[in-house]
Amino acid sequence: MSADAGPNAAGLARDARVERVVLLGLSLPALALVTVTMILPVGWLFWLSFLADDGSLSLVHYQRLVEQPSYARIFRTTFEVSALATLICIVLGYPLAYVLSQLPPRVAGVAMIGVLMPFWTSILVRTYAWLVLLQRRGLINTWGMELGLWDEPLALVHDLNGTLIGMVHIMLPFLVLPVYGSMRAIDRDYLKAAANLGAGPARAFRLVFFPLSLPGLMAGAIIVFILCLGFYVTPAVLGGGKVIMVANRIANDIEIFFNWGAASALGVVLLVLTMLVLWAASRLLRLDRILGGHGT
Amino acid sequence: MMLRRTLLGSALATAVAATAGSAEAQLTVVSFGGSYQEAQSKALFQPAAKALGITIKEETYTGIADLRLKVKAGAVTWDIVASGSGSAARAGAEGILEKLDYKTIDVSSFLPGLYQDYCVGGDVFSTVLAWNTKTYGDKGPQSWADFWDVKKFPGKRSYRKSVAGALEPALMADGVPPNKVYEVLSAPGGIERAIKKIKELKPHVAVWWASGAQHAQLMKDGEVDLVTGWNGRFDVAKKDGAKVAYTFNQALLDYDCYAIAKGAPHRDLAMKFLAEISKPQYQAEFTKYITYGPTNKKAYDLGTIEAAYAKQLPSHPDNAAKQLTVNLDWYIKFEEKASAAYQNMLTE
Repeated sequence: MSADAGPNAAGLARDARVERVVLLGLSLPALALVTVTMILPVGWLFWLSFLADDGSLSLVHYQRLVEQPSYARIFRTTFEVSALATLICIVLGYPLAYVLSQLPPRVAGVAMIGVLMPFWTSILVRTYAWLVLLQRRGLINTWGMELGLWDEPLALVHDLNGTLIGMVHIMLPFLVLPVYGSMRAIDRDYLKAAANLGAGPARAFRLVFFPLSLPGLMAGAIIVFILCLGFYVTPAVLGGGKVIMVANRIANDIEIFFNWGAASALGVVLLVLTMLVLWAASRLLRLDRILGGHGT
Repeated sequence: MMLRRTLLGSALATAVAATAGSAEAQLTVVSFGGSYQEAQSKALFQPAAKALGITIKEETYTGIADLRLKVKAGAVTWDIVASGSGSAARAGAEGILEKLDYKTIDVSSFLPGLYQDYCVGGDVFSTVLAWNTKTYGDKGPQSWADFWDVKKFPGKRSYRKSVAGALEPALMADGVPPNKVYEVLSAPGGIERAIKKIKELKPHVAVWWASGAQHAQLMKDGEVDLVTGWNGRFDVAKKDGAKVAYTFNQALLDYDCYAIAKGAPHRDLAMKFLAEISKPQYQAEFTKYITYGPTNKKAYDLGTIEAAYAKQLPSHPDNAAKQLTVNLDWYIKFEEKASAAYQNMLTE
């Protein structure tokens, strides 16, 4: 603060301090909640992962992750399944969002309810519903065979197929919403200008519309991918024990071995890998801009 | 003022005495909930509490990991813990259970091997081979060799996702006689031999099941043709219309048991309570609610279990003779290693 800032400078500075204190006070409950429900448990988990069974500091749990090949495979499965689910969500969700964005807002609003409807039912219920539909003597196989579409029951569930169907169903709205939002925000005049300059509809879409919708698509894809990494219920119910993701193995290790340390180490590795993905994505894609931070 | 203080003081003292009195006469027992705990409550917990003139508080939990947290935190509120035999054996070795006093608990008429230092057997169940009667009729596979024989019994299999009870059938299918199974499994290369046999079956396993509810549901839905699982669950599924039958041939005999939590608030009373529910009349009553057998042989002699029904129970002498009793010592020593190998096989 310089001396010639005027007679009111001290008063202004005081007001600013008061305001800061008030703001801090207002955000305290939220901070406390995050500390209690997020930072403390994660810190404790982190700490546990470095303790051996006898309570001494050790890397034994991380050593196990490296030595037993099944852990590496489980991480690979987790990232592969998540990537596949994200890809399918993009293929299904992008055109859907496009169609919705071209509809008159009122009609789109009604159609959007259809997209959001799954949110109103619990994941567990939806997952078991898929089991009923997809299994050997489930609705789809029974109808398909009665209509003569196929002779032998198709393997639709208790494997990767079932897991992906269940995951995509749950994740699709997370992709459609941001994509739809970014498409709605695109100024139609840009497309008219492109047409005016001689671009056909396909070319205008490719050169103008698609790049402008890309931030929404990236945001959606990253949200979907990261949420997929932590999936537990869907692979447990629809994977038939063949699709083992990190969360499933964590549950397994706790139930079978009373082994918090081993499970904590798995959690820590997943957390670090997820953060790495986010960081890489933010470097590559200017995530701050996409997610609405103070980007330039 | 003085008077008021005295009055208040004596009222407080009475209140304290009353709580202490009721605390002495109340036990807390924790089990797995569902139809299983309902059977325990009706046949064991409530009648035994009445006989001892105490009250019992029931809670539910998901497994021994919950108890471990309580013991480690020094906040044990449970007295009696219902557990699987294997988890109890490992929990005992780990030091989170109290040693049982077999001078108080009479196990002289127990079937062999159904009690351990830290846990007294409450009921006996079998891991059996079950089949879809729609696919194979009543003459289904009768041995683990049949279960592995995909030519003789073509169809989809379901097998357990975790290692407990998974290696023994594989070795029997590979020609090891039941009484040699644990000897082979303890020798170098034994676990690998069993895993190799399961790998043979892997392409035919449609579902790796994770819970009793799941394998019962699989049979109800006709999702698979052959399955391993717990006999009581299949009986319940059958009552619900599932096309399922099972055999006790080469099944694995195992038991659920009762333990006392380390640092339990009422250790001595809990010990007396366990002595009470281990008596044959309670065990006979328990079988009326679920087809799990008594651990106390004398329960069969009371005449309260119908003869025809007794023949369906896992611990009936005729059935027990056909089975292999699960060896807990083997699990204490080798389960961690076996589980790693099993998980490795599953993710390959």
